[in-house]
Amino acid sequence: MAEIETKVKKETMNGAKVLLECLRNEGVDEIFGYPGGVLLGIYEELFHCDFIKHYLVRHEQAAIHAAEGYARATGKAGVAIVTSGPGATNAITGIANAYYDGYPLVILTGQVAVTQIGNDAFQEADIVGITRPCCKHNYLLKDIKKLPQVIKHAFHIATTGKPGPVVIDLPKDVIGNKTELKFPDKIELPGYNPNYVGHPRQCEKALELLCRARRPVIISGGGVIPTEGYNELTELANKMGIPVTNTLMGIGTFPADNPLSLGMMGMHGNFWANLAVSNCDVLFAVGTRFNDRITGNVKKFARDAKIIHVDVDPCSIGKNVRVDIPIVGDSKNVLRSMLDMYDASQPNIYPDDKIAWIKQIDEWKQKRAMPVTNTDKLHPQNVIEKIYEMTKDKDAIIATEVGQHQMWTAQLYKFNKPRRLITSGGLGTMGFGFPASMGAQVGQKDRLVFNIAGDGSIQMNIQELATCVDYNLPVKIAIINNGYLGMVRQWQEKMFDKHYSHTKISSPDFVKLAESYGIKGIRVTKEEELEGAIQEAINHPGPVVMDFIVEPFEMVYPWVLAGKPINQVLLSNECKCED
Amino acid sequence: MSKHRHTLSVLVQNEAGVLSSLSGLFSGRGYNIESLTVAPTLDPAFSRVTIVTFGDDAVIEQISKQLNRLINTIKIVEFSSEDCIDREFVLCKVNVKEETRSDVLRVVEVSEGKVVNITPRVYTLQAIGNESQIATFIELLRPFGIKELVRSGKVVISRENEFINVKQNVGI
Ligand SMILES: Cc1ncc(C[n+]2csc(CCOP(=O)(O)OP(=O)(O)O)c2C)c(N)n1
Ligand SMILES: [Mg+2]
Repeated sequence: MAEIETKVKKETMNGAKVLLECLRNEGVDEIFGYPGGVLLGIYEELFHCDFIKHYLVRHEQAAIHAAEGYARATGKAGVAIVTSGPGATNAITGIANAYYDGYPLVILTGQVAVTQIGNDAFQEADIVGITRPCCKHNYLLKDIKKLPQVIKHAFHIATTGKPGPVVIDLPKDVIGNKTELKFPDKIELPGYNPNYVGHPRQCEKALELLCRARRPVIISGGGVIPTEGYNELTELANKMGIPVTNTLMGIGTFPADNPLSLGMMGMHGNFWANLAVSNCDVLFAVGTRFNDRITGNVKKFARDAKIIHVDVDPCSIGKNVRVDIPIVGDSKNVLRSMLDMYDASQPNIYPDDKIAWIKQIDEWKQKRAMPVTNTDKLHPQNVIEKIYEMTKDKDAIIATEVGQHQMWTAQLYKFNKPRRLITSGGLGTMGFGFPASMGAQVGQKDRLVFNIAGDGSIQMNIQELATCVDYNLPVKIAIINNGYLGMVRQWQEKMFDKHYSHTKISSPDFVKLAESYGIKGIRVTKEEELEGAIQEAINHPGPVVMDFIVEPFEMVYPWVLAGKPINQVLLSNECKCED
Repeated sequence: MSKHRHTLSVLVQNEAGVLSSLSGLFSGRGYNIESLTVAPTLDPAFSRVTIVTFGDDAVIEQISKQLNRLINTIKIVEFSSEDCIDREFVLCKVNVKEETRSDVLRVVEVSEGKVVNITPRVYTLQAIGNESQIATFIELLRPFGIKELVRSGKVVISRENEFINVKQNVGI
């Protein structure tokens, strides 16, 4: 008896090792991070680990953004590890960014020993408290035995329902303890049951309403990306002949080259897309939370329309916009069941009205915004259009920062597939794009990855050039260098009498800067040089910094001023509101 | 839309930080809390939180959805005054003089309260009742001079033969 007992005595393993094994069990093989005192034990294990590759960044914010870029490009959860105190507080912007845009991350933060928590120990910060309102869920690990279960739950929570970041705070002493390596076989989260299948009666009602519409429009948002509901969405729109517009987050979920595509709507959306939404009789919104950048003045939003709203997160429904048919469920399931019902009967009611509606939209399409400046300087729009032309056949991934260049990219780059545009929507984080593009490149090693940046934004995480060099991440950084915090300057031009208060921004010589990192730098000042420079960047095997010196006073149009209804669109400096 | 008071009964996992996420939600999103009570259920792995809040229907719906979204929330039930039994507990210290003593005691009697401590000039009283009973109790005592008052906040239970408990909802 005694003999047998010693034989089955469970084998224990260092907590840090168990952590890495648990990550492997979740399919993780690449993580982003930055070490520190409380993480020494984990980094010791990483030193010996041959199944997880760690990317050392230069700032913890970048580690989180890189993990998000990875998640966006691959569809898998991104993983980052940062140390306690300043490491963890540096990560907050990244965590919040993923939270508002709904991308799955698991963030491991080091923490001081449990025995020291609450004593204001060196590099102690209440990271569970600080992250609570900006993450989907968080854990403070107090018992090493719970580690495998916590990791399993964290990945489950991060990747299901509306995805989001989950933070696990790992006290130094806890992770230093030994435990048994035993993967849990069950998820036990009694309070977490995302509703995936829409209510069948609601789906039926939605389809009926849509079939009887004379002027229908679909809004497709970022919520159709996680479970690939965009395939069903495209199928439904094609079969029923309904025009589709995208939110910024939804760009690529409906092919831009589909004749039914209206492109992006909202504050800087297409004139015709905003008019279509404002004048439709049935609005079918899928996977959008009706952010104010989309709705403008909510009271006047789609005033004559009956609204169907599908979202996996019940909180999004009825929050900002009144809804006639709410459907809580995953877009893929909901759209699939609507398609099945449609296929069974294939009604085509009011075909003439629908033809007239498309014709009406085509007329609106004649009105488009043009560059407002007329100088011999390089035009930012032309740079972005040229990048589009030269990369469109390469299935490139395009990240952006935040500002005018971001809006021009969203307007001018025609995305036909999801997960190709990587941009910060909800939080609107300058400095997101570059580290996110690195993460995307790690996740998609064979793809061409661009970061279309502003001269202001790129300076927020420019230190990551070193990371690109270390791991030879061949990201192509295209700086749209207008010498200003352009988007803010644009508002000052319009609303504050051209008082450019603290929006003129200086920059280093980006070419020399790149070269000092050992990176190729290219400066472009003339239209004629555009094509050659972009080609050179694409051909170059490593990272490239392109510095496009552009006209400073260009404006992003169409433009719906904040608080106005979205059919009051400005199309140029002279233009009064169009509606 | 008019603002109403609503009572939410929230069953949560009894884990560190749960109360903080819950109350943080109210402050972060600008919702009102009038009272909040929390204590473990029969099964100490779970707690029952009773929140009295006010707002229009849309706000209450959002509060309820947002609470539901918390990973540790098992179930939320919203009660109106008709469909539940609500009780609150108060302790209060009241001035007594020779000439008011019998009046104070009469208030205690009609309110089915109790005198729980006596000093020469101050009586400590307790009462248990629903919202309006507690309000009446306090109003009746006010003229005598209330020196201190402590209220527990409301707890509620449904009138129906339906049970909001852990077993039924999570199968354990
Ligand atoms: C971290 C952060 N700080 C401030 C802002 C406010 N903001 C929005 S756009 C913008 C200007 C961006 O300038 P730049 O990167 O040069 O882009 P441009 O608009 O000139 O294309 C600013 C300051 C922000 N979005 N994020
Ligand atoms: Mg700029």
